[in-house]
Amino acid sequence: MIKVNDLHKSFGDLEVLKGIDAEVKEKEVVCVIGPSGSGKSTFLRCMNHLEEITSGDVVIDGESLRDPKVNINKLRSQVGMVFQHFNLFPHKSVLENVTLGPIKVKGISKEEAEKSALELLAKVGLSDKADVYPKSLSGGQKQRVAIARALAMNPKVMLFDEPTSALDPELVGDVLQAMKDLAIEGMTMVVVTHEMGFAREMGDRVIFMDEGIIMEEGPPSQIFDDPQHPRTKEFLSKII
Amino acid sequence: MIEQLTEIFTSTHFRTTLPYIYRGLQVTLFITFVGVIIGFILGTIFGLARLSKSKIIYGLATVYIELVRGTPILVQALFLYFAVSDFFGINFDAVTAGIIAIAINAGAYIAEIVRGGVESVDKGQMEAGRSIGLSSTQTMRYIIWPQAFRRMIPPLGNQFIISLKDTSIFAVISVGEVTFLLRQYVSTTGETFVPYIMLCLAYLVITIPAMLILRRVERRLDV
Repeated sequence: MIKVNDLHKSFGDLEVLKGIDAEVKEKEVVCVIGPSGSGKSTFLRCMNHLEEITSGDVVIDGESLRDPKVNINKLRSQVGMVFQHFNLFPHKSVLENVTLGPIKVKGISKEEAEKSALELLAKVGLSDKADVYPKSLSGGQKQRVAIARALAMNPKVMLFDEPTSALDPELVGDVLQAMKDLAIEGMTMVVVTHEMGFAREMGDRVIFMDEGIIMEEGPPSQIFDDPQHPRTKEFLSKII
Repeated sequence: MIEQLTEIFTSTHFRTTLPYIYRGLQVTLFITFVGVIIGFILGTIFGLARLSKSKIIYGLATVYIELVRGTPILVQALFLYFAVSDFFGINFDAVTAGIIAIAINAGAYIAEIVRGGVESVDKGQMEAGRSIGLSSTQTMRYIIWPQAFRRMIPPLGNQFIISLKDTSIFAVISVGEVTFLLRQYVSTTGETFVPYIMLCLAYLVITIPAMLILRRVERRLDV
């Protein structure tokens, strides 16, 4: 589904990603962990071209992000993204947040878009919030709306950029549950996270990044119970 | 002193200036409204140009904004009405010159309001818009602009009030706005005190309600 070949990303003189090779298969849930500043968020953001790729390539479902013939907007509509700070549209109601993409990008009728938006909101447990504005929602509710907004585009893959890091601890559970439901349904997911419990339980594979490269990757059992690289050991010993 | 005061309060000039004020304010308001509306269009274009990645577009917008902001509106009006018409042989009537001057002047200030408004919208909004597949133009139109515009309303209201007061300097190019007409009244009657009080009141009758409305709108928008 996603192939990353020798991905480099620099901001000015600072090289953040120093050659990443990775693959995400269909229906796979890949969790990316690592210390802050390791480049894991940048890696994720390169996968839907929110960051311009310096060199190397990202191929999504056979289409290269660097191919000038590829319609980047269309490609992005197939890659859902959930942000750390939700980034809901504050001037639009919850329902409008979810229907905007389908109406404006896919050209679906308003009625149809609203019907499927309500189904998605029900799925994330927010049917009763369709007509309110984001500012009256809790962080956890906002993030679940953001998930519904991304899902409304029927993406082939969902990217999560530290989706629970900005939440109060008691609100994390609902968001993780929504993500688990999604994983169980077979959504292809790449999750940058500090939630090791989620990575262990739901991840098919865990990638440990540090200093702009992938230090180690493998099934959760291996990464968490028998890490090979000293940096992985050091990181895990600090956070668990 | 007391005698003078009684004279003022019984003055007939309160009444006899009214037709001048009525006629003059119409011209003042006309120039202000038309000028500020054109200024808003110019300001939007140049404000967005200031956000452009293209150095040429950015540079052109910057030149316009700095030239206008760096010179007094009186000089701009004189330049437009006398220099431009002499040099290019274009003759505007005074009101048109006034409208153009207000539009160009307000446009430069509004450009900065527009730029500030758009820049004040969180960067994550653009990313969220792009991530669901909207183009950058669509994201600007549906996501960024509506939020930016809300924040622009208070400074735009302010600019309207400033532009309204600025129209008074067009008296020097014989635009028949309220200040010009009251000065005419003064020069024919020789009376100064009451006519100029009436002139102040003429502006305040517009600006004070405008400020009150603005404050209400601000509270409603809770910006």
